[in-house]
Amino acid sequence: MSAPVLRVENLVKTYGEGDAQVRALRGVSLDVEHGDYVAIMGVSGSGKSTLMNILGCLDVPSEGRYLIDGTNVGSLDEHQLAVLRNRKIGFVFQSFNLIPRMSALANVELPLTYGGVGTAERRARALDALARVGLADRVHHDPNELSGGQQQRVAVARALVTAPALLLADEPTGNLDTMSTRDVLDIMDQLSESGRTIVIITHEDDVAAHAKRVIRLVDGEIVEDRRHAPVEGPPPRLASQTSAPLPGIGSGPPRGAGGDHDEEPASEVRAR
Amino acid sequence: MNQLEILRFALRGLAANKLRSALTTLGILIGVAAVILLVAVGEGSSQSIQRNIQRLGSNTLTISPSFSGGGPGGGGQGSGPRTQARPLTLQDAKALTELPSVKSVSPVVNANAATAVHEGASHAVGQLVGTYPSYFEATNKQVASGTYFVNDDVRAARKVMVIGQTVAEELFGQANPIGRQLSVSGVPFTVVGVLKESGSSGMQDADDVAIAPLPAVQQSLTGFGSLGSIVVQATGATATESAQAEVTALLNQRHGVGATPDYRILNQAALQETVSAATGTFTVLLGAVAAISLLVGGIGITNIMLVTVTERTREIGIRKAIGAPRGAILGQFLMEATLLSLVGGLSGVLIAFLGTRFTIAGIEPVLVPSSVALALGVSIGIGLFFGSYPANRAAKLRPIQALRHE
Repeated sequence: MSAPVLRVENLVKTYGEGDAQVRALRGVSLDVEHGDYVAIMGVSGSGKSTLMNILGCLDVPSEGRYLIDGTNVGSLDEHQLAVLRNRKIGFVFQSFNLIPRMSALANVELPLTYGGVGTAERRARALDALARVGLADRVHHDPNELSGGQQQRVAVARALVTAPALLLADEPTGNLDTMSTRDVLDIMDQLSESGRTIVIITHEDDVAAHAKRVIRLVDGEIVEDRRHAPVEGPPPRLASQTSAPLPGIGSGPPRGAGGDHDEEPASEVRAR
Repeated sequence: MNQLEILRFALRGLAANKLRSALTTLGILIGVAAVILLVAVGEGSSQSIQRNIQRLGSNTLTISPSFSGGGPGGGGQGSGPRTQARPLTLQDAKALTELPSVKSVSPVVNANAATAVHEGASHAVGQLVGTYPSYFEATNKQVASGTYFVNDDVRAARKVMVIGQTVAEELFGQANPIGRQLSVSGVPFTVVGVLKESGSSGMQDADDVAIAPLPAVQQSLTGFGSLGSIVVQATGATATESAQAEVTALLNQRHGVGATPDYRILNQAALQETVSAATGTFTVLLGAVAAISLLVGGIGITNIMLVTVTERTREIGIRKAIGAPRGAILGQFLMEATLLSLVGGLSGVLIAFLGTRFTIAGIEPVLVPSSVALALGVSIGIGLFFGSYPANRAAKLRPIQALRHE
């Protein structure tokens, strides 16, 4: 097997000083292979968000080494970090974090814009990404005209439009109702099936059940690392579906096509 | 990430808060318009003063006796001469004509309190001057109708007179005064010409004037005493300095004076320089006051940009999280600030252009191109300078902190 997409060695993160010092991470080591689908679980305060922020190059560890695609993140300067975030990482946040007053298309185009991709190619790739999350008919809507589920799907499209080596999702379904949650998780499953490397943070077992590998974090340390499905091959849910007789994608309505529930934003928690 | 994209982001950012952007722009607009307009007003008033001085004559020196304490060209007859001071005489004037830098010499006497009467209408002439025909050219007085008097009239001491517009109106009304007679202190003069209107300069009405041949005035009104002043015209604009030197040397010799001369020389060119220096200061002062308002506008930009950065911290965090390099964030906010000031500056120039087409406080503003360039340049500079602090703050934000900002 090739070099891991993600290699974390003895990661420590402390906040504050002296008596008030909080050790959010106490030596986390982790390898994520290409094509894996990892769920990091843990209760609030277990350090999973801290780990996520470090993995996403949004924060720097106090100690330890962190390599993405063989690149040591600690040795990069600010500009190189920005490029890394742009090219290698796609981020999906709990609170969607779309830029207001910009259409879905413009939001998805944004990483490509910062990456210096030309206008025509940018548009084509953004439209393609939006189509993959089933929002081809919503491209010109502003975020505040979309439901929470739709917003999160736009965020997923934005995260994968640059074809990143790693897709990081921080409680992507935390603010969504069950229908929308299923939509987003279905998309994740399909991305995993197509070979994308995904790390998802969650505290819900339902969500973790979609992953090929589940890591449990308690008080800043890994206490459990269990594999549910091989790295190569479909994620567990899709695997069970394909083995079952049709009605095919019986676990939910087809993505995007007839998602009537998406037009009822009142039932969902909205960002900001 | 090219400049065009940054520009698009900046425009989008500004459009998101139209009223705020417009009000910030207004601050710069007022500043720029004020700078250009006030400098134009200063320049306009300066030019109008210059024109007034020019009207008094070009390249001329006015020599007046200094014992009187009166103004230039003012009467010196009334007051008693200082000991040993010699009055200006016709002989002095004649001697001055020999000087190389001197084009013409016009001896002048002024009749005080001369009241002209015509068919019952009477008018106290502000300035009744007895002189030579060269006086007209030297002091830039031209006739609107009729003629000047000539050297022959001077030799023959003919009682002819050229009068100003004010005198003509006061005595003759709408009637044509040419060829008519008026009497000054009972002495009849025939009007041969009426001067062009030259407008009032300062407190004096330059049109309230009557000019007659020197001997005629001396005979009938002032007596053959000393001269009130001598108007010397230099051969050219560059010759006034040398003419002044020559005149000084000659008069010093003739009057036998050393350190303190008994006459004064008023140099038109020097006066003009002094006045333009004064009006220049005036213009600078006006500009400075306006510049303050431009500065205030600039601070307004900083303020708004700081608010914008704070308000959009989360957005900055998102942009950074998806890989916006620091330069792009810096560029976007700098561009927003610069756009604000540039739009404000350009519309300020436009307003100023419109404003200078009107007369402001009796002064016709004169647009100074350099002030337009300066105000525009400064306003763009202000955008960059005052925008750089908030933009830097935005760019320096750590993505995780920016994202946590609510």
